[in-house]
Amino acid sequence: MTEQTSSATPMIKATAVNKHFGDLHVLKDINFEVPRGQVVVVLGPSGSGKSTLCRAINRLEPIDSGTIEVDGQPLPAEGRALAQLRADVGMVFQSFNLFAHKTILDNITLAPMKVRKQDKATARKTAMELLERVGIANQANKYPAQLSGGQQQRAAIARALAMKPKVMMFDEPTSALDPEMVQEVLDVMTTLAREGMTMFVVTHEMGFARKAANRVMFMADGEIVEDTTPDDFFTNPKSARAKDFLGKILTH
Amino acid sequence: MFDFLDKPLYAEYGGILGAFWVTIQLTFFSAIGSLIWGTVLAAMRVGPVPIMRWFATAYVNIVRNVPLTVIIVGSSVVLADQLLWTLGGSDTREISFRLAVLGFTLYTSCFVCESLRSGINTVPIGQAEAARALGLTFFQVLRIVVLPQAFRSVVAPLASVLIALTKNTTVTAAIAGIEAAALMAAMIERESDKVLLVFGIFAVGFVILTLPMGMFLGWVAKKVSVKR
Repeated sequence: MTEQTSSATPMIKATAVNKHFGDLHVLKDINFEVPRGQVVVVLGPSGSGKSTLCRAINRLEPIDSGTIEVDGQPLPAEGRALAQLRADVGMVFQSFNLFAHKTILDNITLAPMKVRKQDKATARKTAMELLERVGIANQANKYPAQLSGGQQQRAAIARALAMKPKVMMFDEPTSALDPEMVQEVLDVMTTLAREGMTMFVVTHEMGFARKAANRVMFMADGEIVEDTTPDDFFTNPKSARAKDFLGKILTH
Repeated sequence: MFDFLDKPLYAEYGGILGAFWVTIQLTFFSAIGSLIWGTVLAAMRVGPVPIMRWFATAYVNIVRNVPLTVIIVGSSVVLADQLLWTLGGSDTREISFRLAVLGFTLYTSCFVCESLRSGINTVPIGQAEAARALGLTFFQVLRIVVLPQAFRSVVAPLASVLIALTKNTTVTAAIAGIEAAALMAAMIERESDKVLLVFGIFAVGFVILTLPMGMFLGWVAKKVSVKR
């Protein structure tokens, strides 16, 4: 019975979330749940608040009102409890954000050793397995600046996975990549989705949304305008804003 | 020509080498002190606690704008003469030395703090965010991700601070006759026929100390720079 209750707890639950940047109302009364194992893709034009929403979920952006729960636990205020919660929420950024003064391997072993208190050997073993999985094991001892953008982003995904997170957040993971490197990153993400990882992905990659997502949330002007299956969204958008958005991106 | 250097008059300074040795010691201990206190100040200035930010900002802005001579003489008059603090020193010489190190540390740490703060600004904010997102605490982020990169990018500016500190130690002459500048003053008084030579010796002495420092730290700066 306990297992049933815990699997019924949504992985992410946002209730009446509001956020302002000065006068700009970037998140307007946001409500949604992400069940365990679901892959949610958030689409929407620039400035629609999707990145802010993604960052709000592990409190890199504090919200003004409302509640966000991760695995049934409300986000704590700044401090040790928040750090512990963040350790369970993997995050991949647009600009990779690898630690420039550490090798790829050290980037990945850092948090497992410092936060999860793993010993060095265990952390290295896991790190090498993850690097193998994302296809850059041969780059382990290089520094981030020596890798291509696609390789850096795959290393960043490995770094997040090393913490064995309950959920992975992706904030436009391919937007800073050269076109020929987008696919290698999406492939890693698609595999991850197939393996049952709960994922919250802000992206402009429609192909990924169609192929890997269970659900599409379309945001515009700080609101969730549509929340449906990828098929339904792409073939039968209901709102004018979604139609307009799809019209702009799917024509070429 | 250099016979006067060996006069017993100057023996209390330990001769020219002894005097410069004290200069080196003053510089060394003050540098260590300023590096530690300056780092603490910088951490406070970028930290999340408003009262600490306020304190560090006020400290830096007040102390770096007070002339060093006022700080050194002030600490000697107020701390030692009025409050009778000996800082654990047993004789005048030792007390003066420790007071001077304290004064230089309080003063130079302002410049270390500001250099370091500019170095912290060179570390992309995204790296700190990524570290926080992995579950590291504020101090872990600072210690493991931000400061190591900040230090590497400010080795060259810190070299300038260190060179300035080395030369600033001459202000010690205002409270005690223990280091190179005090010996120079004594020699100028007594060797009026060799004033130029005396100036020359001390000028060269300081250049011999500081030039290799600058060159060495310049090399270190290149060696440790973080590729982006």
